[in-house]
Amino acid sequence: MKRSHLSRSGGLQATAGLRRLGSRRSLVAVLLLVPVACAFGTPVVIGSKKFTESYVLGEIAKRTLTNAGIPAEHRQGMGGTIILWQALRGGQIDAYPEYTGTITQEILKRDDASSLEQIRESLARFGVGMTEPLGFNNTYALVMRRSDAQRLGVRAISDLQKYPELKIGLTHEFLDRQDGWRPLRERYALPQQNVVGIDHGLGYAALAKSSIDVKDAYSTDAKIEQNDLIVLEDDFQFFPKYDAVFLFRSSMRPDAIAALRRLEGTLDEKRMIRLNAEAERTKNYAKAADLYFNVAAPRPSGHSAPSYIGESFPHKLVRWTLRHLELAGFSLLLSVIFGIPLGIVASRGGPIGQGILGFASIVQTIPSLALLALLVPLPFFGISVRTAIAALFLYGLLPIVRNTASGLQDIPRSLRESAIALGLTSMTRLWEIYLPMASRSILSGIKTSAVINIGTATLAALIGAGGLGEPILSGLNLNDHVTILQGAIPAALLALLVQWFFDLLDRVLIPKGLRL
Amino acid sequence: MTALVELVDVSKRYVDAVALHPTNLSIERGKTTVLIGPSGCGKSTLLRLIIRLIKPDSGRIDFGGEPINPENIDSFRRRIGYVIQEGGLFPHLTARANVLLMARHVGKSQEEMQKRLLELCELTRFSGNLLPRYPVEVSGGQRQRVSLMRALMLAPELLLLDEPLGALDPLVRVSLQKDLKEIFARLGQTVLFVTHDLAEAIYFGDEIVLMNEGHIVQKGTVTDLRDKPANAFVSEFINAQRGLVLT
Repeated sequence: MKRSHLSRSGGLQATAGLRRLGSRRSLVAVLLLVPVACAFGTPVVIGSKKFTESYVLGEIAKRTLTNAGIPAEHRQGMGGTIILWQALRGGQIDAYPEYTGTITQEILKRDDASSLEQIRESLARFGVGMTEPLGFNNTYALVMRRSDAQRLGVRAISDLQKYPELKIGLTHEFLDRQDGWRPLRERYALPQQNVVGIDHGLGYAALAKSSIDVKDAYSTDAKIEQNDLIVLEDDFQFFPKYDAVFLFRSSMRPDAIAALRRLEGTLDEKRMIRLNAEAERTKNYAKAADLYFNVAAPRPSGHSAPSYIGESFPHKLVRWTLRHLELAGFSLLLSVIFGIPLGIVASRGGPIGQGILGFASIVQTIPSLALLALLVPLPFFGISVRTAIAALFLYGLLPIVRNTASGLQDIPRSLRESAIALGLTSMTRLWEIYLPMASRSILSGIKTSAVINIGTATLAALIGAGGLGEPILSGLNLNDHVTILQGAIPAALLALLVQWFFDLLDRVLIPKGLRL
Repeated sequence: MTALVELVDVSKRYVDAVALHPTNLSIERGKTTVLIGPSGCGKSTLLRLIIRLIKPDSGRIDFGGEPINPENIDSFRRRIGYVIQEGGLFPHLTARANVLLMARHVGKSQEEMQKRLLELCELTRFSGNLLPRYPVEVSGGQRQRVSLMRALMLAPELLLLDEPLGALDPLVRVSLQKDLKEIFARLGQTVLFVTHDLAEAIYFGDEIVLMNEGHIVQKGTVTDLRDKPANAFVSEFINAQRGLVLT
């Protein structure tokens, strides 16, 4: 059984190209380790995507396994479909909740006609198994404010044809999906031009404030009722079925597979909506999972901040801030170590100098989020602190390189020549004359980098690197302003503090003669 | 025989124009040689070639009988003092640090440096109280005195001055001219002085070298230039400037 998986996945990986060589090795390693891991009780790792329902399902799976005496842990909100799928195949996680429509469209890239059996067969070739549906169909849907829908007489998606002026806000994933906005617009011949991409949680707030009129949603989304929205009928049957299932590695220990299968058919739509609503109301996924098991949750004493049980707010704040400083500080140090020498070379001009400045500028034009996403698939990086530091380092490079180069180039020719005419060696000229004279410009470059890094480091939470982005991200996800501010305010204060610290440093490091 | 610097067929051209045609020139020891001519005549180029801020395209420059080349230039530079119009002082260093910069690098002792510094202050009439000041904190005339001290610190055999008084107002200029001439005489200094001002050339020059369009047109005393002009340009240049000086 194991051997057949090995050879099949090996064959597939060969066709997938060289990029996969690393994961092939790790797959073999994981397969070899499985029996050992079981014996020593290495926990089964459950992953989940970055939205409420996925968190709740992940939590339920973890609880089911633990109840069956199988050690399990839950890696929350790891990102979108592709990241979870890669993590499952790479063995970083053992199982995660997925939807049949997503499997056919995004993972297998097929038409939606596949039966459950066909899907299961295709997945088996990747060494991945699938449970029976859990019981609810969480399809995509378009929603709008009930009041508007009634006023305009909109009941189904095809009714939108009559109102081209409606503003549409869609999640970025929906905008790009094969079963997403583009084919939907074609099928229904929708005339709306004003379409924007917006985070799922923020989209509800935008809808409430009438910044947008229509958005995409999941049909089991608790916010639909909370915000008094209605789901537009998919009268042309555009959306495929999105039956919730668990995907798992076929090599996962059999008792864990059996435990997951006990969840099949236990969750209908009503129940899922209630669990989602509970998760959003309490800001606590574990409590929502409790509801599934009908267990009374142990209440933490007094009022507690959302999502993290048992850790006081000051303690969390210190943890976030220290990690944030570690991310920003370490990357800044690297930017300085590499940026100043590169700036010195760049200041001499020529093709190499142009090349250095060009490279640093190009890096800067890549949106920070995209830079993170580009680094994640590279070997050595992946989903780690390393990746965050590498991205921040690349980001911090340009201001330092450019300011070092321009600071040196701005030294008047007469002073350069005076230094040469004195007979100073080129090293002495650089260290005692040129660099001190360019110090103001270089320091201001470092200051810019530092402030940028403090801000950008909040994105590190997206790849699980922590920092003050952690509360911002979970706050965005829960649409909880207090949690967002718990990260945003300290991050802003930190940026101010860094600015102030560097202003102080200017007085120490810039020679007095240049400050008169 | 007594020439300290000897230029043999030295030429320099820039991308678009010839700056100096092949030129021969000897700079005598203990004398002040003045290079004069209209802007762009090649006088500054000649000076910058000697201290090798620019490389000659052809020819050879000997210093004390030894040819200067890229390998040994730094040791020659320490035997040459160089002062430019704006002084060329480093703004992040005090007057004192500017003057001592090079001495520190060749490893002079503190006492030696202190002694030389006092000598130079006395020589250039620079008040020791101003030594801890930064260049921006002293006047233009004082800056040139500091620049001169820096150039003289290691007792150079040759002093190159590129319009050292060009940026000063007339009163300061006159007093510095007097002081400079006195200093050259006291030190028996070999000087190569670039100016575009004939009166200044006459005042300083034991020997005047008149240049035009990258050529040396005539070399001699002011009397030679006035009484035996080599060509029409020489008379024209002398008369034009003399007219200004005398009226």
